Amino acid sequence: MVPTSYYVILSAILFGLGVFAFIFKRNVITIFMSIELMLNAVNLAFVAFSQALGKLDGQVFVLFVIVVAAAEAAVGLGIIILIARNRQTLNVERVDLLKL
Amino acid sequence: MTAPLIVFFVLAALAVIGAISLILQKHPIHSALSLIVVMVALAGLYLLMGAEFVAAVQIIVYGGAIMVLFVFVIMLLNAGVEEHTSLSKMAGPPGLLLVLALAAFVAATIAKSGASVQTAAQTGALSSTRGISEMVFKDFVYPFELTSFLILVAILGAVVLAQREKS
Amino acid sequence: MLQYLWIVPLLPLLGSAINGLFGAKWRNEFVTAIAITSTGLSFLCALEAVREFFESGQALFRKHFFDWIVAGNFSAGFDLQMDQLTVVMLLVVTGVGWLIHIYATGYMAHEGGYYRFFSYLNLFMFFMLILVLAANYVLLFVGWEGVGLSSYLLIGFWFLKKSAADAGKKAFIVNRIGDFGFMLGMFLLFRAFGTLDFSQLFAKAGTWQPEAMGQFGTLTVACLLLFMGATGKSAQLPLYVWLPDAMEGPTPVSALIHAATMVTAGVYVVARSHILFMHSETALVVVGTVGCATAFFAATIGLVQTDIKKVLAYSTVSQLGYMFLACGVGAFTAGIFHLMTHAFFKALLFLAAGSVIHAMGGEQEMPKMGGLGKKIKWTYATMFIATLAIAGIPPLAGFFSKDSILHAAYVREGGRHPLYFVGLLTALLTAFYMFRLIFLTFNSKPRYDEKKVHVHESPWSMLGPLVVLAILSVIGGLMAAPALLGVGPDYFANFLAPVFGGAQEAVEAGGEAAAHQLELILAGVAFGTALIGIAIAYWLYLKNPRKPDDLAKSMKPAYTTLMNKYYVDELYAFLVVRPLLWLSTNILWKATDVTGIDGTINGIAHGAAAIGDGVRHSQSGNTRSYAVWVVVGAIVVLAVIFFWPGASKTVLGWVR
Repeated sequence: MVPTSYYVILSAILFGLGVFAFIFKRNVITIFMSIELMLNAVNLAFVAFSQALGKLDGQVFVLFVIVVAAAEAAVGLGIIILIARNRQTLNVERVDLLKL
Repeated sequence: MTAPLIVFFVLAALAVIGAISLILQKHPIHSALSLIVVMVALAGLYLLMGAEFVAAVQIIVYGGAIMVLFVFVIMLLNAGVEEHTSLSKMAGPPGLLLVLALAAFVAATIAKSGASVQTAAQTGALSSTRGISEMVFKDFVYPFELTSFLILVAILGAVVLAQREKS
Repeated sequence: MLQYLWIVPLLPLLGSAINGLFGAKWRNEFVTAIAITSTGLSFLCALEAVREFFESGQALFRKHFFDWIVAGNFSAGFDLQMDQLTVVMLLVVTGVGWLIHIYATGYMAHEGGYYRFFSYLNLFMFFMLILVLAANYVLLFVGWEGVGLSSYLLIGFWFLKKSAADAGKKAFIVNRIGDFGFMLGMFLLFRAFGTLDFSQLFAKAGTWQPEAMGQFGTLTVACLLLFMGATGKSAQLPLYVWLPDAMEGPTPVSALIHAATMVTAGVYVVARSHILFMHSETALVVVGTVGCATAFFAATIGLVQTDIKKVLAYSTVSQLGYMFLACGVGAFTAGIFHLMTHAFFKALLFLAAGSVIHAMGGEQEMPKMGGLGKKIKWTYATMFIATLAIAGIPPLAGFFSKDSILHAAYVREGGRHPLYFVGLLTALLTAFYMFRLIFLTFNSKPRYDEKKVHVHESPWSMLGPLVVLAILSVIGGLMAAPALLGVGPDYFANFLAPVFGGAQEAVEAGGEAAAHQLELILAGVAFGTALIGIAIAYWLYLKNPRKPDDLAKSMKPAYTTLMNKYYVDELYAFLVVRPLLWLSTNILWKATDVTGIDGTINGIAHGAAAIGDGVRHSQSGNTRSYAVWVVVGAIVVLAVIFFWPGASKTVLGWVR
């Protein structure tokens, strides 16, 4: 069988890539997608541990994560639409009205 | 080299390539499609582990709802190739350093935890759907109700936010 | 009354409070009524208490009225006591105090702040009574400090005059230096005996070994520290410098506080603590020597002073020295005797001087007086009586008390009797400068413009007390007379014997008859010395009025030194005041307060502002930077979990 550590390492790699994209991409939608990537990575780890420990708690938690991610995506994209309408741009660095 | 292992590596490679592609693509729609690939790969991994319900939910909700939503928004906003600006001083060299630090920490934590992570075998199929539903409606009923409330709030929020202004 | 002994000090306190709070708008007569009544009633209550004391067979009375301080092992209650020594002190304070209050109503009649004066004066009476009635050191110290406060308030009564305000400050500050020693002494006594209550402490101390000369055991050090306090309060070397300056205060203040009562508090404390002092040879020698030296030193300065009040001030310092000399040779009874007679004639001297000043319209310098004897007869007569008393002319009070001190000094000392001879010389000087004062003021020719100054006798509110005190000065010493003449006991010494007990027997060593003969010889010598002093004064000031000036010119260096009070004030200013001021300005103010404390506070504020200024750059308004900060936070959490697993487990425990 596949050792749990492999799954955890994969999860870590995906999470790291997600963080990288979170920092270095400029399009606001892409940043949002990187957040989803991070969430997925975490889900993977949860399920892996759930199978390793023989309990189903991890998978239940994954369910909740997915639900929350969905809600968050809905609201977040709504906000992105508003930003795009108001600032006519999707570049997150142009959304800087708080800048001194 | 057992079959599960090969399948694992194939799916893992798919996931990683998808993630890298998400980073490297210039047009957001391409990034979205890469993300879909990642999600499908992950669903496959869930199946491999024996968590069918989660795999199904992943495809239906994540792949079928959330990513569709992303694609719709990209098309709605006519997102184009992102322009290259670098106004942020923090993102850049410090950011790179931080990512590496993060990776190092995670790696170290995994290495340190040693035994509990290494050995465990995948115990095939825990009766997934049945077991999960029992847990959700018995032990986790309170969070379950809360999440339904949360979804309601999200719906309302999204509707309000996306309204056209009454001119 | 004894059960309600607290009424005696309370009455003046009430008078003080009423006058102080409400007197500003009242007419003088009303203020007078309150002040005189409260003090008078206090005197009557004191008499009643004394009567009860005698009726109970002169048993030591002590009552604990209420718990004041109770802290762990230490407790000091509001305890008042009455024994023979208290009787003497109580009657002197209330009696003389009341007379001076009456006098002051006449003297201060035209002064502004009349109500304030009597409020302070009553306050002083309250504290002084607490001091003499206290049954433990702590309560005594309350009175001790309180009289110092009242003294400050009263010396600086005319506070708009700079010299008066400075004098008040000087008095208080010099007193505080002494009080520091007093407090250390109290702490040491408490540490050694566990109590500061008189009865308990003296009972315990009585069982201790006496400490020999040069041995600085606990008792010696404690006694020396207590004596340091007495030096400040009773104006002995080296802390006497405030008393001459205190003459800036109104004359009734000088009479009451700086002659009859407050300055005697130091003598009272030494007498009260006689058991402690008798156990310490060193302390006794120090007390006696300091007293004797001060007596002589002050007398020499008094020889050349021209301000009438200053002469009396130095005379007070000198006579206090005699009292400490008596205590130093173990003759505590003699010391208290002199305290009592001194209260009579010194108060009289000051009040009469006040009368003279009043008559001269405010003039205090003797070179500008002269020939007043014919014009203000009552003042002249009473002051003359007082001067006879202080010079030691029998049968007036001063003779008996001074003689008993000198006799004790001669008998108790070994060897060449240095203290006795210095004391005798001082007696000569005393007689001399006191009669110099009389001759310059009342006899000889007027040295002022008789048309400009209208010399008038004082009103009876002022003369009455003078007469009463004159009578007391005459008869006050007669209690001891029978012993001297060999026809009976020394009533005063016998009265105080239960308090001072064994201290007196030592005098009777060497056989009754021989001892008595010695007494008579010494008395005769003392009398003769006084007469010599008077004769010299007569010759210098009446017979040859120009001789003093010639003498002054021929002995210019000596004369200038004496005129400038041995430059002691200047010495203190140089040695103590200037360094302290330098320390305060440069180290305490500039370095510690401005740089240190202000610098720290301002520095913290500056630092906070600077940090804020630096941190503000993280709020750049750029979303990507914020994203990086989020990651930073995540890494911090990871680091904590990685490096410090215990913490994360604890937090998880709370969450659960």
